[in-house]
Amino acid sequence: MSEIVIDDVWKEYGDQIVLEKISLTIASRSFVALVGPSGCGKTTFLRLLLGEEAPTRGKITLDGRPLVAEPDADRGVVFQRYSVFPHLTVLGNVLLGREFQHSKFKARLMGAKRRVAIEEARRLIAEVGLAGTEDKFPAALSGGMQQRLALAQALIMRPKVLLLDEPFGALDPGIRAEIHELMKRLWHETKVTVVMVTHDMREAFTLATRVIAFERPRDRPEERERYGATLSRDIDIWPPRVAGAAINLDWDDLVFETEPGRDDPALALQPGD
Amino acid sequence: MRWINTRPNKATQLALTLLPFVLLLIAYAAGSSLRLAENPNDKLLPGLAALGDALNRMALVPDPRTGENLFLADTLSSLGRLLAALGISTIAALITGMAVGMFPYVRSLFAPFIAVVSMVPPLALLPILFIVMGLGETSKIALIVIGVTPAMMRDITYRVMELPREQLTKAQTLGGSSWQIALRVVLPQTLPRLLTGLKLQLGPAWLFLIAAEAISSDSGLGYRIFLVRRYLSMDMIFTYVAWITILAVVMTFALDRLRIGLFPWSIERRDA
Repeated sequence: MSEIVIDDVWKEYGDQIVLEKISLTIASRSFVALVGPSGCGKTTFLRLLLGEEAPTRGKITLDGRPLVAEPDADRGVVFQRYSVFPHLTVLGNVLLGREFQHSKFKARLMGAKRRVAIEEARRLIAEVGLAGTEDKFPAALSGGMQQRLALAQALIMRPKVLLLDEPFGALDPGIRAEIHELMKRLWHETKVTVVMVTHDMREAFTLATRVIAFERPRDRPEERERYGATLSRDIDIWPPRVAGAAINLDWDDLVFETEPGRDDPALALQPGD
Repeated sequence: MRWINTRPNKATQLALTLLPFVLLLIAYAAGSSLRLAENPNDKLLPGLAALGDALNRMALVPDPRTGENLFLADTLSSLGRLLAALGISTIAALITGMAVGMFPYVRSLFAPFIAVVSMVPPLALLPILFIVMGLGETSKIALIVIGVTPAMMRDITYRVMELPREQLTKAQTLGGSSWQIALRVVLPQTLPRLLTGLKLQLGPAWLFLIAAEAISSDSGLGYRIFLVRRYLSMDMIFTYVAWITILAVVMTFALDRLRIGLFPWSIERRDA
């Protein structure tokens, strides 16, 4: 189980209020997409879930326990960039989590333990479609392959929650479609709750079970500092997607197109959607 | 075609590379022969033959008084001091630089202090070092260490701090402790920069070494240069300067090869 409860969370930097009155319950095994215009605090919200930042007010619990105020192995993450380690090979990147876990002082595995971990890492590397690249350094991989690697690296720790910060935003459309398929499959197969920040409405509606929009209700220049962003829409995808179930329909076709260049849900969505 | 887009081919490139060296040699030989034509006993710009003779005398013929090969003995004692000092500096810079870069508490404690200390002109400390540590090896090694460590330390700190925040977060989500992250994420990505920093500090290190040897020593390349200066032995001075330059160039080259050999990923694209 991995239910996340966010209870009346505010985030302020000095006088600047970034997020206000955020209350939300993210069900175990759901796939939540956070959308909204740039600068509306959705990445800040992800950083709160990740433990990089602590809320100014309110609290966040994971399975009923308050979140630890620093990143830990319960919460895996994939960023848009810099998610993998340039000095480690593909295999080394995926192994690293296991080495941290089983070798407290040297952070390196030897002998039989290493063989077991390598076996597991190779399976995972094949699972994300990178078989054959085990000995390459990330710089030799394309952007899409690096993100696949980042997913494998995060998933070897079997995190309860996987946090994605615009993970596919820098990829070409074709590559992005492929990695969406992978992401769906991984969500069905692993026991993970996913929270994804994205600019891309199509991506949000393609992958998520629930799409949540962040918006600043008051956004005049003089108001910007004293009023933060809050949740403006909370859309459950219908018919519901259930983790572990097969996907029978391609819902891509039912998703409306957004205006070119605009990703603001407030513009794209009308009440009643 | 614009000048910024024109490139020399391989042969031209080699010729251009060699040109300044050849010009320098020609200019020296010309200047030397002009002066020697005027006054065969001129000591200021000895001819190339005289330089070769000096090298031969110093490097191949044992010193008549001590039976030592002076050139070799000078080189060994200078290199010994230089390498001992650079070894100490490198280890100190790596440990302190990483700690300051990684831990905010250590940063608050040491970063301003290091910034201030690195402003002290090391040569101004030399008399203090001689008084406190005596005229032996310790004070010379200490001068080099004091001269090059702060810069290397700050370079390492900057390198650690420019590691993307995402990497450190990612390492934490993989369950890494501070120690494990230092060992497996920060250290390996810092070492190539350490070798580069060491390379850049070779120049200052030689400067401090020769300064210390010039003032108080009984062996070493710097000692010899300043000793024979009294007899206006330009032939020996030029030979020694050229030899010091060659040593420094070889060390620089070796450090680069070492970095590329040990860390092949460090020359590839960095934006992974």
